[in-house]
Amino acid sequence: MTDGLSLEGVRIALRGVPLVSLDVRIAPGEVLTIMGPSGSGKSTLLSLLVGACPPEFETRGRVLLGGRDLAGLGPRERRIGLLFQDDLLFPHMSVGANLAFALPPSLKGRRARRRAVEAALEDAELASFADRDPATLSGGQRSRVALMRTLLGEPQALLLDEPFSRLDANLRESLRGFVFDRIRARGIPALLVTHDAEDAAAAGGRVVDPLGRGAGTQAKAASLS
Amino acid sequence: MPVSKAAGSVREARILAAPMRPGRRPRLLPLAPLFTLVVLLGPVAAGLIGVLAPAFGYYPALGATELSLAPVRSLLAWPGLGGAVRLSAVTALASTALALGVTLLICAAWHGTRAFGAIERLLSPLLSVPHAAAALGLAFLISPSGWIIRALSPWATGWDLPPDVLIVGDPAGLALIAGLAAKEIPFLLLMTLAALSQIPARRSVLLAQTQGYGRVTAWVKTVFPRVYPQIRLPIYAVLAFSASVVDVAVILGPSTPPPLSVQILRWLNDPDLSMRFEAGAGAVLQFGIVLSLLALWRCGELALARAGTAWIARGARGRADAAWRGLAALAAGLSAGAVLLAVAGLAVWSFAGFWSFPDALPAGLTLRSWEGQLPGLAELTGTTILIAAVATIISLLLVLACLEAEYRHGLRPGTRALWLLYIPLIVPQTTFVTGLQTLAIGTGLAGPTGSVIAAHVVFVLPYVFLSLGDPFRAWDPRYGLAAATLGAGPDRLLWQVRLPMLLRPILTAAAVGFAVSVGQYLPTLLLGLGRVPTLTTEAVALSSGGDRRLIGVYAITQTAVPLLGFAAAIALPAVAFRNRKGLA
Repeated sequence: MTDGLSLEGVRIALRGVPLVSLDVRIAPGEVLTIMGPSGSGKSTLLSLLVGACPPEFETRGRVLLGGRDLAGLGPRERRIGLLFQDDLLFPHMSVGANLAFALPPSLKGRRARRRAVEAALEDAELASFADRDPATLSGGQRSRVALMRTLLGEPQALLLDEPFSRLDANLRESLRGFVFDRIRARGIPALLVTHDAEDAAAAGGRVVDPLGRGAGTQAKAASLS
Repeated sequence: MPVSKAAGSVREARILAAPMRPGRRPRLLPLAPLFTLVVLLGPVAAGLIGVLAPAFGYYPALGATELSLAPVRSLLAWPGLGGAVRLSAVTALASTALALGVTLLICAAWHGTRAFGAIERLLSPLLSVPHAAAALGLAFLISPSGWIIRALSPWATGWDLPPDVLIVGDPAGLALIAGLAAKEIPFLLLMTLAALSQIPARRSVLLAQTQGYGRVTAWVKTVFPRVYPQIRLPIYAVLAFSASVVDVAVILGPSTPPPLSVQILRWLNDPDLSMRFEAGAGAVLQFGIVLSLLALWRCGELALARAGTAWIARGARGRADAAWRGLAALAAGLSAGAVLLAVAGLAVWSFAGFWSFPDALPAGLTLRSWEGQLPGLAELTGTTILIAAVATIISLLLVLACLEAEYRHGLRPGTRALWLLYIPLIVPQTTFVTGLQTLAIGTGLAGPTGSVIAAHVVFVLPYVFLSLGDPFRAWDPRYGLAAATLGAGPDRLLWQVRLPMLLRPILTAAAVGFAVSVGQYLPTLLLGLGRVPTLTTEAVALSSGGDRRLIGVYAITQTAVPLLGFAAAIALPAVAFRNRKGLA
């Protein structure tokens, strides 16, 4: 029971008010959804998990990734990928350079790195996009590049911060499939935070609120509003 | 709502991106702000000490080692003192009030309209014109044989010869006031625009308009009270600068008596070295004048705030919008037109062959004025560019180090840090640069180009910081977090992500700093002991002679150098990012 991402007694509070309380293990290939309205501490949880929690929050508990305790590690050393609401592609780099930025330095040789980038682009159905300016891509294409960039960093876990909320409804559906397929294919644990019940349903895994309660009723409420 | 949500997450990400792990190298970066402060304020503090000593009779280099009140007494005995002080105070207050009034009127009447865009586009070129060149050009424009009177003669005035009246250097300092105001309006406008971008100005005006307020009244009542605190420091800097300016005052101001700052320079340049005591006493008095003017201005602020609160409470809607808009357009046109025509006049004079009064244009154009000056001009331009480039690079490195330290170590500079940045712009140059010269002479540091560059950094650095600080801090820190989760360390993040993304504002800040250095007159003259001539010192020196063609050549070159800097700041990113629409 050491693989996957384990949150053991993770508590986050702000001035004594509990925001997050989770005891949960996310298995490889599983997507756990944390659902709750904005301001409920979801984003703080993600910043805690990548090792960059703002100091004003009171935190307790342990985070284990593949059995490794992450305490004291910064965002660089944790090997946890993070996908934001916005694609955050670096605007001064080509699409290919954005992907190459994420490739580990252990992959040596210009041609080998180029091949890895091209393979990732083919996987995203964006072959021959390597030299394109990211600003000339559509919203859906940019989101796919952003996911591929995150995955090329070879993360051992993936955090998704409402990654579909900026997309149109029809795009959202196809991108959800794209993202979740690749998570399952790579067999890495993923944690999705969202306030959209459809996201949670598409993720197909367990759904809890930030305080660890089964969020079935909340999901219904959120989809109604 | 999505906007405020995004802003919230940006703020969160900024906080959480801040605590990076220290590198293995010695941690010099956290010391950058302190070191910068020393570079910036050390010379100011040293200069203040260095000016007090001669003011009280202590000047070891001249063999005076006894403290005495003799310099103060002889300053008080100078018959021109009252006139000089009055001129300094009146021209500073009048030009600052005029520049501020016009700036606010332009914003109140036109902010958010298409016409305002045209004004904004004119700002950078207007700002890049050095003070000395603008003053020289204005002197040409308004003099009895200048373009304005030529345009009206002889058909309207009946003059076939230039009239014998004193316009440039009038005893009341009106020409000086006009020249200072014309040059400060673009600066205050730029600062006001930066402040306006931080408040919901348009929505406030719209809201007030739906309640029946006129546009100008709505702006003054709802936007101005929020803008003013943000432009207070720039206004103080303008007031202090106007009260102690030397180059513009030499060119446009009266000469018997001149403003106090000009008289201080005369004493410093007097072959009779004992006059340096008087200069010291005068420089201390200059500081007193600036402090008094700032106090007076602050009292005015408080009084106006009281009156304004009552005026807002009365609820008058104000409906003379058309008249205000007309007046604002006239003022904007006059002030921008004056500077642009001034530069055009300099250019025409530099190429003028025979040009008789009252012809509007010379009978022929010639390159003779340029050809005759070419060797000397090239050398001066080289020196000017060298000094400006080194001072700008030093300033830019220090500013980037400060901002990077702020980012990496989560430092939060407050309002007090901003005040520190403004100190060199508010303590009058005539005071502390005079003191610096005294110290530099005493320690043998006066004269070499390096001392001039160090003095320039004191004035270049604040402008580079003010120009780059906001864009650097506004950079979305989520890019930093994204890069960190992809395994990039703080150095890779800086060199591969942040600096390239900020290339445009960095180059703009460099161009601003470069232009500030090119325009420096007093520090160049005093720290170089007159032995490091630049385009600016030469152009001002020529102003007392009457050779307009020569003045034109030097002033146009002085204008062209900073303009080329701005052109490069625009062209380089455009070329580097020609295929990157996201940075366009």
